[in-house]
Amino acid sequence: MSVPRFWRRLKNVYNLIGTQCENCGMYYYPPRSLCPKCRRSSLIIPFKFKGEGEVLTYTIVHSATKDFEKHVPYILAIIKLNEGPNLTSQVICSPEEIHIGMKVKSVFRKLGEESEKGMIYYGTKFVPLLNHSGK
Amino acid sequence: MSVGIVSYGAYIPRFRIKVEEIAKVWGDNANSIIDGLMVYEKSVPDIDEDTITIAVEAARSAIKRGRVNPERIEAVFTGSESHPYAVKPTSTVVAEAIGATPNLTAADFEFACKAGTAAIQACVGLAGSGMIDLGLAIGSDVSQGAPGDALEYTAAAGGVAYIIGKKEIAAEIESTYSFTTDTPDFWRREGMPYPEHGGRFTGEPGYFKHVTSAATGLMEKLGTKPSDYKYAIFHQPNGKFPSRVAKMLGFSSEHIKPGLVVSRLGNTYSGSCMMGLAATLDIAKPGDRIFVTAFGSGAGADAFSINVTDRIEELRNGAPSVEELLADPIYINYSTYARHKNKIKL
Ligand SMILES: [Zn+2]
Repeated sequence: MSVPRFWRRLKNVYNLIGTQCENCGMYYYPPRSLCPKCRRSSLIIPFKFKGEGEVLTYTIVHSATKDFEKHVPYILAIIKLNEGPNLTSQVICSPEEIHIGMKVKSVFRKLGEESEKGMIYYGTKFVPLLNHSGK
Repeated sequence: MSVGIVSYGAYIPRFRIKVEEIAKVWGDNANSIIDGLMVYEKSVPDIDEDTITIAVEAARSAIKRGRVNPERIEAVFTGSESHPYAVKPTSTVVAEAIGATPNLTAADFEFACKAGTAAIQACVGLAGSGMIDLGLAIGSDVSQGAPGDALEYTAAAGGVAYIIGKKEIAAEIESTYSFTTDTPDFWRREGMPYPEHGGRFTGEPGYFKHVTSAATGLMEKLGTKPSDYKYAIFHQPNGKFPSRVAKMLGFSSEHIKPGLVVSRLGNTYSGSCMMGLAATLDIAKPGDRIFVTAFGSGAGADAFSINVTDRIEELRNGAPSVEELLADPIYINYSTYARHKNKIKL
């Protein structure tokens, strides 16, 4: 990903900021500027997701490009946020631990870097929701 | 009007490596190292964790605990000796990731292990003078010890964030006092991956001289003595140093017990003393007085005298305690550890 392209999306990626259509109540992530249901009567506002959801499905990646070699094996999952929208993200846990329906929460991690001297990209990934007495 | 801690939050990565596991690789005697350092295991960052991600997690925890509106934060200062960028602030990423941008000032602090407490002092000054509403001071590190160096047994990862202000104070910072000299006990040159140190004899002119000078300086300034305090926290590069300096100053082992987290955590550098304070605030009661002295090589010490207020009870269950963060670790072996810490380049 190029630096300008990442920069434009940075606020959304850091804080899981998507949008909500006030007309029908639907939530969108990544953000949409038009509600596909309401079209011209869309009332789009920014919305910060709480960052909790569950694993809908996942895949365990065993061979990766050079940038992600260190992470292998890692888990890519489709996560359904509690507010509704689905997104694809890495889930940080062991392959033995991951399962469909697993409750997860968002964390702030390194997503990658351009090169040893280039930009470091930060953003949102997910981890199992540990029960720190509901904290 | 008084200034103090409005909220606080800590973060510790889930991975740990035991001292025995490191000793095995280098052929050292694990028991003599454990006895010497009073450290059993240390935290290790995940592959995608660094000083910035740890600082963000600690800051988010502080915001959550105190139910603070991040837009009220008008200064973000992050102290670390392992900022991921040589040029480009850690604090701007943190400010963006907590939703405090753009109306604030931000800067990174560096002073070995006391960069985070220097950040607290700056926030106390800015909030106290009314220049800002709330300030966020963070100590965060993913410290590195060269493979085979004694530091490898203790260099750990973790971060702690304090929100400083004048309203809704959970712990009043009644006074602070610092002692600073040019002492070459520990250093790392630009571009070098691992620090160098003056060896095992640097404790006397470095740690002990500076910690005792700042601590006695503050108690003289306030007219207080160790028995006036319920708890005390001293910078914990290992378990021995803070235990010894507490005794030298007249504090008991009961004073330092709740804050002495180094045995199960290792030295989190900029987070070290601040983590001890967080663990102590986790159990402190309204009216408790807490004495804190941080130390940074190079060298300097920052002492603080803190009064816990009634509001501490409101913060109690808002975010994970240090004990909860220390619980349920995932133990890793040396080869996984080396991969996590990028130790392949030797
Ligand atoms: Zn709609």
